Amino acid sequence: MSGLTYLEAVREALREELERDRRVFLIGEDLGAYGGAFKITQGFQERYGMHRVVDTPISELGIVGAAVGAALMGLRPVAEMQFMDFVSCAFDPLVNWAAKCRYRWGKGVPLVVRGPAGGGTTGGPFHGQNVESYFANVAGLKLVSAATARDAKGLLKAAIRDEDPVLFFEYKALYRRPDLREEMPPGDHVVPLGLADVKREGRDLTVVTWGTTLHPCLEAARRLERDGVSVEVVDLRTLVPWDRETVVTSARKTAKVLVAHEAPTLGGFGGEVAAAIQEEAFEWLDAPVRRLGAPSTPIPFAPSLEQAFLPDAARIEAALRDLHAY
Amino acid sequence: MTPPPEDRIGLYRFMLITRDVEERLGILAKQGKLKGGLYRCLGQEAIGVGSAYAMGENDVFGPGIRELGAFFVRGYAPRLVIMQYMAKGGGPTAGRETNVHFGELHPDGRGLISPISMLGSMVSVCTGVALAQRYRGLDAVTVAHTGDGAMSTGQFYEGFNLACVQRLPLVVIGSNNGWAYGTPTNRQFRARDLAARAAGYGCPVMQVDGNDVEAVWAATREAREICLRGQGPVFVEALTMRMVGHAAHDDAKYVSREMLEAWRARDPLALQRQRLLDEGVATQADLAAMEDEVQAMVLAEAEAALAAPEPDPATVIGGVYHGEPSPLAVAGYPWTHGEAAPDGWFRQDAATVESRVRAPFDDTGLWNPEVVPYAPVRAAVEDER
Ligand SMILES: Cc1ncc(C[n+]2csc(CCOP(=O)(O)OP(=O)(O)O)c2C)c(N)n1
Ligand SMILES: [Mg+2]
Repeated sequence: MSGLTYLEAVREALREELERDRRVFLIGEDLGAYGGAFKITQGFQERYGMHRVVDTPISELGIVGAAVGAALMGLRPVAEMQFMDFVSCAFDPLVNWAAKCRYRWGKGVPLVVRGPAGGGTTGGPFHGQNVESYFANVAGLKLVSAATARDAKGLLKAAIRDEDPVLFFEYKALYRRPDLREEMPPGDHVVPLGLADVKREGRDLTVVTWGTTLHPCLEAARRLERDGVSVEVVDLRTLVPWDRETVVTSARKTAKVLVAHEAPTLGGFGGEVAAAIQEEAFEWLDAPVRRLGAPSTPIPFAPSLEQAFLPDAARIEAALRDLHAY
Repeated sequence: MTPPPEDRIGLYRFMLITRDVEERLGILAKQGKLKGGLYRCLGQEAIGVGSAYAMGENDVFGPGIRELGAFFVRGYAPRLVIMQYMAKGGGPTAGRETNVHFGELHPDGRGLISPISMLGSMVSVCTGVALAQRYRGLDAVTVAHTGDGAMSTGQFYEGFNLACVQRLPLVVIGSNNGWAYGTPTNRQFRARDLAARAAGYGCPVMQVDGNDVEAVWAATREAREICLRGQGPVFVEALTMRMVGHAAHDDAKYVSREMLEAWRARDPLALQRQRLLDEGVATQADLAAMEDEVQAMVLAEAEAALAAPEPDPATVIGGVYHGEPSPLAVAGYPWTHGEAAPDGWFRQDAATVESRVRAPFDDTGLWNPEVVPYAPVRAAVEDER
């Protein structure tokens, strides 16, 4: 198999940015000597040194606080959360420092906090969460979610170059999936933030999604196609700022929209997308905008429970068929 | 270590400005001209002034709420603080922020970090500032402030521990003023004092009389030098007393009259004034003239602040993300940094920086405490507690 896995694409993005700009450095737990919990930064410390691959005590609050200070001084810290679940421990420096410095006193905080999010690996309640919507209500942060290897590389490079603080969600369920290997575009592959991507064009229905859920959405679209139903699959890629234009254009075209994501439906970012569609495409719609997310419970551990929790291809397919029949 | 004569007078002058500005703010508050709370540092002026005065020009300062004097030492005009308290659009944050929540960082790395309310967070942010100073090869340190209460937070612990592990050029000054809002220190921690707590991080620790501005100055100087030798961070506990309530609304009934009297006898301005006279550094006439001059200057600054424009409601949005128009940019503050690091932005090559970072780990393997035992508590101060 040729091309890079999702995980290798993340590694390549980090390596290229470390090579390109001396201001860029990595900071987090077990990054250096150990090579990172998922071995993304294996060999990096030998190559770039201890000052550019900083091993820290177990202290997400300290890591992100220090990243804020370094970014204020003009460096470009890329902080790793061993699992994105742990970003809850670093809430304050993100929402009160990183997000607000530019508005409060004109100083940008160009940092990236990245790490593996999402379910599908039986990680249980603390190694499988999707926390993006906690942060969507905080003006000043950008939220990025990569669902493919190419996007992981291109979006991460854009995030590192961005002048604002970016939370970058990777998905451990996708890290090593062989079917997601992709050739990277040649040269400096950067995917601008704020642009959705139509991963599959369609006429009859639209499903808007991001992250791991893209893949069951594509699977559901393939199944519906066999019955002559054409589904457009829009991958949001950036949640803040999100690409209303692409979503609204698709909604006006197909007139029936489902928003699907892994996080619980209640308070999930899908609600924002659905609200915007009804504001801007109401006259074009032939059905209410539907949402499909997880139930309002923590994400459970056992495979059977986790499967029942996460929106899978079968449930997405059923929701789409229901919408089609409306 | 005693500061040169002109600096001994300078230290007194900045404390005087600090106190006069606060007195003026108190009057403006009574006239209903301030918005929000007034947080004074009455009795603690020596700490902000002494520590900021001891810094190098290229150092970075991370203040807390009671280091008002540091803003004046670092070159900010009193009118900026007064405008902040009055929520003026012409102020340094165009009405977006309160009290001393403003600052500036220059591309060359000098500056003062605008604090936020969340206690303890300044220390973890300043850990990153100090990391960047070393990374860029700047021969500079960061001085961050904490209170006895703020030191209980997780952010303090995680930030300071990381700084200690990394041997960063960070001086943390802990003002032990006996209370955090209405909570005395014995409900804040069980150890004897902040110095005892700091010793556990494995860094050099000092303790000074926080009402003696020259002692604070000298301790900060020494701490700074330890940091520049690569042996930081350093924790400096400054023993002091908050002579008014937490903010204007707090009558501080929880403090005994005797205790206040004992500390009033050790007022930092009176102490320094007397010392300048006793040691023949200044005459009564010199000081009286200076006091008049400062009072007139502060009054003029307040007039200027009063005349400043209110914020334009249209400026509520903007400046959240890069590239958006911002009233701060319009006001002409040059604080965006360009795309590429200009030549000379890094002052040392990567190999030199790497060897400095690596040295403590290479030399000694895992553990190299280099603990400097902290000085015994001054008896006089101890008795008063
Ligand atoms: C995280 C956090 N919790 C609570 C507060 C409210 N608060 C503001 S100042 C203060 C007391 C601070 O005490 P200390 O650190 O000793 O500083 P001091 O006021 O004595 O200078 C409190 C509780 C806050 N600002 N931040
Ligand atoms: Mg206190």
